[in-house]
Amino acid sequence: MILIVAEHAGGKLAKSTLEMVTAARESGREGPVTVLVLGQGTTEIANAAAAVADQVLVADLPSLATYNTELWAAATTQIAQEGEAHTVIIGGSRSGREYAPRVAVRLDAPYLEDAIHLASTGAALQAQRYTYLARVTETVEAEGPVVVVSVKPGAFAPAAPLAAAGEQYDVELDLPAPRVEVTGRSVEKTSRVALTEADVIVTGGRGVGNPENFSLYVEGLADRLGAGVGATRAVVDAGWRPYAEQVGQTGKTVQPKAYVALGVSGAVQHLSGMGKSRYIVAINKDAEAPIFKVADYGIVGDVNQIVPALIEAARK
Amino acid sequence: MKILTLVRQVPDAEARVKINAGSVDLEGTTLVIDGMDEYGVEEALRLREGGASVEEIVALAVGPKRVEDALRTALAMGVDRAIHIETDEKLDPIALSRIVAQVAQAEGAGLILVGGQEADWDSQALGAATAERLGWPQLTWTNELRVEGDSLTGRHDVDDGNESFRASLPAVVTTQQGLNEPRYPTLPNIMKAKRKELRKDSLEQYGVQPTVRVVNAEIQTRARLNKMIDGKDPQTAAEQLLDLLRNEAKVLA
Repeated sequence: MILIVAEHAGGKLAKSTLEMVTAARESGREGPVTVLVLGQGTTEIANAAAAVADQVLVADLPSLATYNTELWAAATTQIAQEGEAHTVIIGGSRSGREYAPRVAVRLDAPYLEDAIHLASTGAALQAQRYTYLARVTETVEAEGPVVVVSVKPGAFAPAAPLAAAGEQYDVELDLPAPRVEVTGRSVEKTSRVALTEADVIVTGGRGVGNPENFSLYVEGLADRLGAGVGATRAVVDAGWRPYAEQVGQTGKTVQPKAYVALGVSGAVQHLSGMGKSRYIVAINKDAEAPIFKVADYGIVGDVNQIVPALIEAARK
Repeated sequence: MKILTLVRQVPDAEARVKINAGSVDLEGTTLVIDGMDEYGVEEALRLREGGASVEEIVALAVGPKRVEDALRTALAMGVDRAIHIETDEKLDPIALSRIVAQVAQAEGAGLILVGGQEADWDSQALGAATAERLGWPQLTWTNELRVEGDSLTGRHDVDDGNESFRASLPAVVTTQQGLNEPRYPTLPNIMKAKRKELRKDSLEQYGVQPTVRVVNAEIQTRARLNKMIDGKDPQTAAEQLLDLLRNEAKVLA
């Protein structure tokens, strides 16, 4: 079987899980597509997973109420072994890419990380992935009785519901005691759509001028367009915006339909996080800014003048 | 405690990456110590300077001959000695973790520091895979770290924010921006580094094979429209842009 570990947040199945189902079906690997739901209070999540998968395995436990690397690695490994999975698919989120290697080591399996495309060639599973700050697309392959894959968010289309919902089964797990104690937690809440789920992202760079302008123009335009808000490293380093909004090598990788970069110069580390967006819009005073080289639509101009006009025009 | 700090050598962020016969060709490319690994080297030095009981700091690199330069940089920053496992074989992180675990055990390391995502293979797997092989806890994307005795506390980024944590050594920590500001090696330290031990091992000593094959590499630049809109009149420019996004790109309703 193909085992997918569901990603979910706030009691809802994440879009990335639907994308993993598509990845499983496109991979050419045989067997039922099985989604494993780890968490607590997972009824809605499991039902949503059942709509797209052949079967759903549910571990609804208090000890799984919050993500933990060691518990997720142990649970996934156990279910993969018991279900004789030949392919284990894990989300390419920060947490997914944290426990997936542990699962690979436990299963003595090769690991294809952050795949954007999957295909079977004979006994091997072939994956495409970005390397060298996303400047190169590499095709890698591995074979074995079992292969572990993590899938880049946004790279596959979300799976559509099947005619009949998959069966759900409860599973029992033998979990270790976590060795890392979480002593505090700060969740960067936003009322806006999450960056990795957003169809449109408006990002601000230093060219926006100051934190007040960021709120006025970047957030203002994002709200008008129903978009997510992103920030460059420089803006986050300057303390204007929380780290959760950072897009780039050291922040989030995003692939929206439209990426609107306001006052963003376009350093290669930033491009590596957003360069695969379907359409890129750049507004910047500096006509020489590297962002214009990758832009589909560009306006050389002052963000402080263009964006208010844009917000006004979008109202119509 | 002995700290093992892992170092990779990667193209400078601004360097052009070339492809030759289906694989990345770094010949003539400016190569540097990976920025994320550099945070790890710096943190090891700061833990010692901050009074943690650090017996020795050892830098480890696996790769071709040129990787020596990255290790020399780590030595010049202040690392005590270096181990270079010289090979032209391309090892994936899962295979590489097998080597790191062996070195950590042979050295009796109590803390491993490694970059959260290196800029060559764009992978986050090495720290986690190494931790699993050793049966150690791991803290990824760490931006604050303290060591007292065998207790490790700090803060790290998670999917939806950040967490403060406590764990016991031995452990693997992956590093990132915000953890510290790496120092520049001074000339006297560069000179001193030349006399520090840089041990050479061969891959055969570790009995490790790649688990993933690279079949092909290509530079796929998406063809961009590069349509420039005149920004002199903000109103007209704004309307024109919205029209293109709605009716040409069809990405806005």
